[in-house]
Amino acid sequence: MAKEFVARGADLELKGIRKEFPGFVAIENLDLTVPAGEFFALLGPSGCGKTTTLRLVAGLETPTKGKILIGKTDVTETKPHERPVNTVFQSYALFPHMTILENVAFGLRQRKIDDPLGKAKQALNMVQLSHLAERKPQQLSGGQQQRVALARALVNRPSLLLLDEPLGALDLKLRREMQIELKAIQIEVGLTFLHVTHDQEEAMDMADTVAVMNQGRIEQMGAPEALYDRPKTVFVAKFLGQSNLLVGEVSSTSANSVSIDVAGNKISVPKDRAEKHSGKIAVGFRPEKATFHTKKPTAKSDTNVIGPGEILDIRFTGVSNQYLIEVPNLGNITVFAQNMGQSPVIELGEKVWISWSVDHSFGLADLPAGNEEE
Amino acid sequence: MAFAAFSSNVKVNAKPTKTGKVVIALLAPGLAYLGAFFLTPLIALIMVSLSVPDPAGGYAEYVPALEFANYAYVVSEYFPHIMRSFGYALIATVLALIISYPLAYFIGVKARPWPLLQKLMLTLVIAPFFISFLLRTLAWKQMFSNESWIVSSLQQIGFLASDQYVVGTPFMVIFGLTYNFIPFMTLPLYTSLERLDIRYLEAGSDLYASPAKVFRKVTFPLSLPGVISGTLLTFIPIAGDYINASGDFLGSPETAMMGNTIEANYLNINDYPSASALSVLLMGVILLLVTFYVKRSGTEDLL
Amino acid sequence: MKFTLGKFALPLYAVLTFIYLLIPIFYTFVFSFNDSLKTNLIWRGFTFDKWLNVCQREGVCQAFGNSIFIGLISTIFATALGTAIAIALVRYRFRFRSSVNLLLFLPMATPEVVLGAGLASQFFNLGVQKGTFTIILAHIMFCLSFVVVTVKARVASLDPALEEAGRDLYANPRQVFWKITFPLLLPGISAAALLSFALSFDDFIITNFNAGADMTFPRYVYTAAARGVPAEANVIGSAVFILAIVIVLATQINGEIKRRRLAKKA
Repeated sequence: MAKEFVARGADLELKGIRKEFPGFVAIENLDLTVPAGEFFALLGPSGCGKTTTLRLVAGLETPTKGKILIGKTDVTETKPHERPVNTVFQSYALFPHMTILENVAFGLRQRKIDDPLGKAKQALNMVQLSHLAERKPQQLSGGQQQRVALARALVNRPSLLLLDEPLGALDLKLRREMQIELKAIQIEVGLTFLHVTHDQEEAMDMADTVAVMNQGRIEQMGAPEALYDRPKTVFVAKFLGQSNLLVGEVSSTSANSVSIDVAGNKISVPKDRAEKHSGKIAVGFRPEKATFHTKKPTAKSDTNVIGPGEILDIRFTGVSNQYLIEVPNLGNITVFAQNMGQSPVIELGEKVWISWSVDHSFGLADLPAGNEEE
Repeated sequence: MAFAAFSSNVKVNAKPTKTGKVVIALLAPGLAYLGAFFLTPLIALIMVSLSVPDPAGGYAEYVPALEFANYAYVVSEYFPHIMRSFGYALIATVLALIISYPLAYFIGVKARPWPLLQKLMLTLVIAPFFISFLLRTLAWKQMFSNESWIVSSLQQIGFLASDQYVVGTPFMVIFGLTYNFIPFMTLPLYTSLERLDIRYLEAGSDLYASPAKVFRKVTFPLSLPGVISGTLLTFIPIAGDYINASGDFLGSPETAMMGNTIEANYLNINDYPSASALSVLLMGVILLLVTFYVKRSGTEDLL
Repeated sequence: MKFTLGKFALPLYAVLTFIYLLIPIFYTFVFSFNDSLKTNLIWRGFTFDKWLNVCQREGVCQAFGNSIFIGLISTIFATALGTAIAIALVRYRFRFRSSVNLLLFLPMATPEVVLGAGLASQFFNLGVQKGTFTIILAHIMFCLSFVVVTVKARVASLDPALEEAGRDLYANPRQVFWKITFPLLLPGISAAALLSFALSFDDFIITNFNAGADMTFPRYVYTAAARGVPAEANVIGSAVFILAIVIVLATQINGEIKRRRLAKKA
């Protein structure tokens, strides 16, 4: 049993993990390393295997194949109560028959650690809930329950804290507040956090590293900025924020760029921002990186231009205006324009050209559905 | 809670974990118990029902055989009892349904704004369970006894002839059966109606249905699970009951049901094969009815 | 159908039905104060005697005590066996699940007289002497399915994450069961135990087939019915009734107070 009172985080390593359930494979072949002290987010849609991964680490499921190491120790066969890992459950899972204080002291009591109530009180202090120590969980609001669940896990000083959609049940405003608080606590206690979520904004806001999961595999992993700036697959490009994707055959290559031909338009992408340099490839750009013009802009080698297209829809979202532009033979393109009070007066039906910097383009490793190579 | 026995659509949040040892440890003792004291007795019952008197033995000694004629014998000998059992059970079940439905509707739907009142009324519904079944049946017997003021007033107003009584008649037996099993009907009906979303009824009347039509087209179909489990929970014990129909309680030899003949054959005259054949017959018919009924009402997940 | 029906007729109907349901109970209670002789058929005047000297009547208290004993022992075993099955049924997936469900359903769908006769045949075949022991064996059998149904509902409403949280917080499987699962299932288990006791205590038919010479309270009443049941039986019946009603009402009121307190604090 993990008797020693660890205060530092530990590395987590997953090696060649496969997890099968009767009838389906939840995780195909997963390799993952989470360095000590990091805030690591597993991001993906429901059913992508992220919660299963978390449960494997917690010991609530056993992998069909592969190894799990925490701080270099193999824990694959270790029972959940013997792992130096604690979890903040999605539904919080606070014991309804115990007071808040008893809930927080539970893990300490099980491990026979001195002064469990004193330590539990300290932990409640940290989440600013010491005044509710004698209440029952049912008497607390969702946000308060969430913080109790956090205190109950953290008080054990685990090497690794697992958070399973911990903010999923909170309303948007509270959720954003808790994001800040959670991040602050992680920095304060310096533990390794493994956070599972389907909310990309939450993942990007809090995590040092984000791993995007899809269908039991990790699609891409990296710092939030890097992921957003250079998605490598269609899935990541569409799941993290919005993307415009153009598909075409590579028509020319230069020393440092690749160009494709899309319905007569030449679209270039820097070689080091493209996964593939030949054949049919998809090139994308972010709606906020593009601008549109009422006159055809002069061609420049560092700018991609498409058009003319017709404005189909204008949506006002407060911070920005979102324009949907239909470009013949090319499909619909979305462009965001910051709402600075000086955008050109553009109306529905107007003809526009769209341009963006070549350096903001990214070339993907795969093609959007319906564009598979024959 | 147990009264939802026949409509147990309990959500199973089973995790596909390794089953193995834990499940066996949990299931084995209880299932072994049912095997030893429910299944094998049924087999024993079937065996006894086919046995014949020991040619070399004395009174009440039987040897194993395959004497299917035992069944033919009990059917011809006790045909009226068999008919009475299912006839009385049918009438009493329908009566219990008619009496229970408005009550269950009132508690489950109309009294919703007052949860405490709902609970109190439910307590009143099950209150008869808290007093001995036999005592409450005897109480009715004495209230309707030949010397009682009820019977004499009925005789005076000419409802009964001066030499007519109530105890011992099929009416009294059915009355007692209905009374005794009403809670078994009311509780599952209540469980169903309590879950009924009133917005469906509002939608019904919003869509131009008259109150009667809303009841027929919306309320009643939605309460069907309760109706099914209630009728089964009532019908089965009534068909096998022998207290109400017993001569010492509300009945007479002319009202004897299958249960009475089983008891008499088994415990008094020790004709074990006949008693067993009747039991197997009773169980068989009930299982057939249950299967048919459940299939017809399209709620096969009941079983 | 008029709209006034729901307003006025239904409550009135409910009141009348409750009166109908309660009449025999009231009758039994009143006649427990009857200054009767051997039988209790005609009202002969009011007395507390039967309540004060209940055990003076031969056999009543012995039969009652025996019923309590049988009820307690049967309840303990039926509750333990049934709870285990309920947990397995809700928490685990296994191959013979539907057969298990059927096996549990059948005793509830079998008339008591069949259960009684079957078990009696079994004891007869095995040459087991009928008595208190065989009554207990029979009662455990027919209470078992009811316990499973009752506890199953409670297990199903128990969030599996609570047990996982326990395992996560360093409790081994045994500790998880006793510190989390069991306390949370307790309301369901006690309801099942109460139901089981009530079924056992009031059972006559199955008992009658498997009792031999041993008496239980219902058997006492049944045997006495031919000659006339003494008022002392009414005393026992009424006392049990009052006790049961008090327990039920106390639980309900307690629950209501708790609910209101929770609502107020939150």
